[in-house]
Amino acid sequence: MGLTKGSVAGGALDAGLVIHKKQPQDRVVALAGNPNVGKSTIFNALTGLHQHTGNWPGKTVTNAQGYYSSGQQSYVLVDIPGVYSLLASSAEEEVARDFICSRAADAVIVVCNGACLERSLNLVLQTLEITNRVVVCVNLLDEAQAKGLTLQLPRLAELLGVPVVGTIASQPQSLNELKQAVEQVLAQKTASAESMGRLCGLEHLSTEKIEKLTLEYTRRAEEIAAEVVSGGTEVYGHSRDWRIDRLLCSRLGGYALMILLLAVVFWLTLTGANYPSELLSQGFGWLGERLDDGLVWLQAPPWLRDLLVQGVWRTLSWVVSVMLPPMAIFFPLFTLLEDVGYLPRVAYNLDRPFQACRACGKQALTMAMGFGCNAAGVIGCRIIDSPRERLLAILTNNFVPCNGRFPTLIALISMFFVWQMGLAASWLAALLLVAVILLGIGLTFLVTRILSGTILKGEASSFALELPAYRRPRLLSVIVRSVFDRTLFVLGRAAAVAAPCGLLIWLLANLHWGDASLLAQLAAWLEPLGRWLGMDGVILLAFILGLPANENVVPVMVMWYLQTGSLTELNDLAAMRELFVANGWTWRTAVCTLLFMLLHWPCSTTLLTIKQETGSWRWTALAFALPTFCGAALCFVAARILSLF
Amino acid sequence: MNLADLQPGERGMVQGLLLEGGQRRRLLDIGLVQNTPVQCLGRSPAGDPSAYLIRGAVIALRAQDCRQIILA
Repeated sequence: MGLTKGSVAGGALDAGLVIHKKQPQDRVVALAGNPNVGKSTIFNALTGLHQHTGNWPGKTVTNAQGYYSSGQQSYVLVDIPGVYSLLASSAEEEVARDFICSRAADAVIVVCNGACLERSLNLVLQTLEITNRVVVCVNLLDEAQAKGLTLQLPRLAELLGVPVVGTIASQPQSLNELKQAVEQVLAQKTASAESMGRLCGLEHLSTEKIEKLTLEYTRRAEEIAAEVVSGGTEVYGHSRDWRIDRLLCSRLGGYALMILLLAVVFWLTLTGANYPSELLSQGFGWLGERLDDGLVWLQAPPWLRDLLVQGVWRTLSWVVSVMLPPMAIFFPLFTLLEDVGYLPRVAYNLDRPFQACRACGKQALTMAMGFGCNAAGVIGCRIIDSPRERLLAILTNNFVPCNGRFPTLIALISMFFVWQMGLAASWLAALLLVAVILLGIGLTFLVTRILSGTILKGEASSFALELPAYRRPRLLSVIVRSVFDRTLFVLGRAAAVAAPCGLLIWLLANLHWGDASLLAQLAAWLEPLGRWLGMDGVILLAFILGLPANENVVPVMVMWYLQTGSLTELNDLAAMRELFVANGWTWRTAVCTLLFMLLHWPCSTTLLTIKQETGSWRWTALAFALPTFCGAALCFVAARILSLF
Repeated sequence: MNLADLQPGERGMVQGLLLEGGQRRRLLDIGLVQNTPVQCLGRSPAGDPSAYLIRGAVIALRAQDCRQIILA
C-alpha cells in the first residue's frame, strides 16, 4: 500500500531523471539493493526519518531523493528501485541500470542482506562491472546472527576490492562507518568509461551472451559466499519463520486467518474511530459557530456567511472529522502488516485464484495498495512485468475501496444496519464491511477473468515471489510513516478538494434557474436514472460531484437535505439517520448506495494516474466504465430484488 | 523429474530450464542455474504456488513454471 506525497502528487510521475542538488558541489550517491533488505531504513537513517519514506514499488528515481552531510561535504542520496539484477528487462530493473550507467551518481551504495548474502552479491558484482566507486553495505547482520551465520566482512572487502560496511537497522552508529566509506571511495578516481561496457550496452547483447553473464555472476557470487559465510546449519523446516508460515499459509487456516485479520483491522478502525470522530465533529461545530460570529462582527453579508459556514466549512469539517480518525487508525495497522512481512503471504495465498484468471499473483499486492489509495495502487502495478497482466491489475484496481470510501461505507453501515452501540454491534458492522470488501475482491477476480478471456487474451506468464523473513516492525517508523506521510497527505488532498467542492455545491444549491436551484434541477433530471438504480437523483448527483474525491459524496447529500431540515451535529449518527430517512431513505436505498460506493468510477486523481500509466485514454475510459457498469448492474438487480421484501 | 514433482520437505538439484526468453532470464536471475540445490518447503492453501528454498531465499513459484525446471 504505497502511498506518499511523492507517489500520487501531481507531476511526480514522470520517469525522467532530475537530480535536485542543493549546491552545485553536492555529491550524488545512489542507494541500490535487492527488495526487502532494509534499503529504506538505511535511507531514512542517513537522511533523517522524514525525508523520503515511500516504500512502495514502482517509485521513480526523481521522487526518491534525500540529503545528508558528513564533515564539510553535502550529499544527495538517490534511492533507486529495489531489484535483484540489472540484467533482466522489467521496468524497474531498467530504471536501476540506466541510472547507474548514466554515471549521474558519484558513488553507489549497494545494500545487501546479511542473512542471504550470496543472492545479494549478484547485484554487487553487476554494479562493480559498471563503476568502481561502490560501497557494499551488509545489512540485517542481526538476522544473520539469529540464523547462526558468521560473516567475514574484511575478507569480503578484499575479494570485492571495495569497502564493506556491516550495519544493523536498529543501531544508527554503524552508519558513521558507511558515511566514511562513501568519502573514501569518492576520493578514488573513477575507472575509465570503456570498462563499463558489458552491462550498459545490454540492448545490443544476444540472449546467449546475457545468459553467459548471468551464469558468470551467479558462480562468482557462490564462490565468494562460500569463502565469506560460515555456520548457519539451521534446518529451515525448524525455523521460526517456517512455523509462522505453516500457520498463515496453511490449507485450512490460510484464507480464514486472512479474513479474520481483515475483520480485526476494520473492527479496530470502526470502534477506535468513534470517539475521536465525535470530538472532532464537536470541535468543528464550535469553531464553525465562532467563524460565523466573526463574520457577523465583520458585518459580512448573510449570503457570504452562509456560503463560508454552511458551504465550505461544513464540507471541510465532515471530511476531516469523518475521515481523519479511521485513516489514523487504519493506516498504521496496515503499515504494521506491511512491515512485519504479511503482505507477500497474502499474495502467496491468493495467487491460485489470480492464476485461474490468467493474471499475476502480484496483483494481490497492488490490490492491497488500493485499500490505501487507488491511485497508488495503479502506480504500484509497475511491479508486474508482463504488460498484459499489468493492464489487468490497473483496470481492476478500483474494485477495492480506498481510504476515501471506507469511512463513508462505515458511516452508511452504522447508520442503517447497526445503529445501536455495543460490542456485538461493532463486530456486526466490521463483518458487514468485510462482506462488502469481499464482494469487491470477488468482482476483481471475475472482471480480471472476463478481460483475460476477451480483450486482454493471453496465458499467465511466469511468476516468482520472494517471501521475505518476518521482521519485528519498528513502531516509531510505522507511526511516522503512516501518520505523517499517508494519513495527513490523503487528508490534505481530500480537504484541498473539499473546500472548493463545498463552495461549488453551495453555489449549485443556492443559484436559481427559473424557480428551482441548479442542484434541484440537476437532481430532478437525474431522478429517473437514480430511481432505476435503487437510489435517487440527489444521491446520483452526489456521486457525480464526488468525482474529484469520494469523500465529498455524503457532504453533498447532507447539504441538500439541510435545506429543509437542520442538523447541529454531523456526527450524531441517529440524527443523521433521521435526516436521511426524512429525505426518503430506506434500508434498500442504503444497500444500493453502499454497492454504488464500492462500484463506481474511479476518482479523478486515479483516472489521471491510469492515463499516465497506460498512456491511453481508451484504457482510461475502460477503467471508468468497468466498475461503473458493474455497480449499475448490481444496483439495478438489488433494487428489484429488495423491493420484494 | 522436474521441480513440480518435488514434495514438501524434499530436495533436488537443478539441471536446466526448458523456458526461453524473458521468463528464462527471470528464473536464472533468482539463481536457478545448473547445479543449484533447491528444497520444496510447502504449498499455498490452494495447492499452488509452492514455496522453495533457493540460495538462502524463500521463493514462491507456480507449478506451471516448475514443470519447466528440470532436476537432476
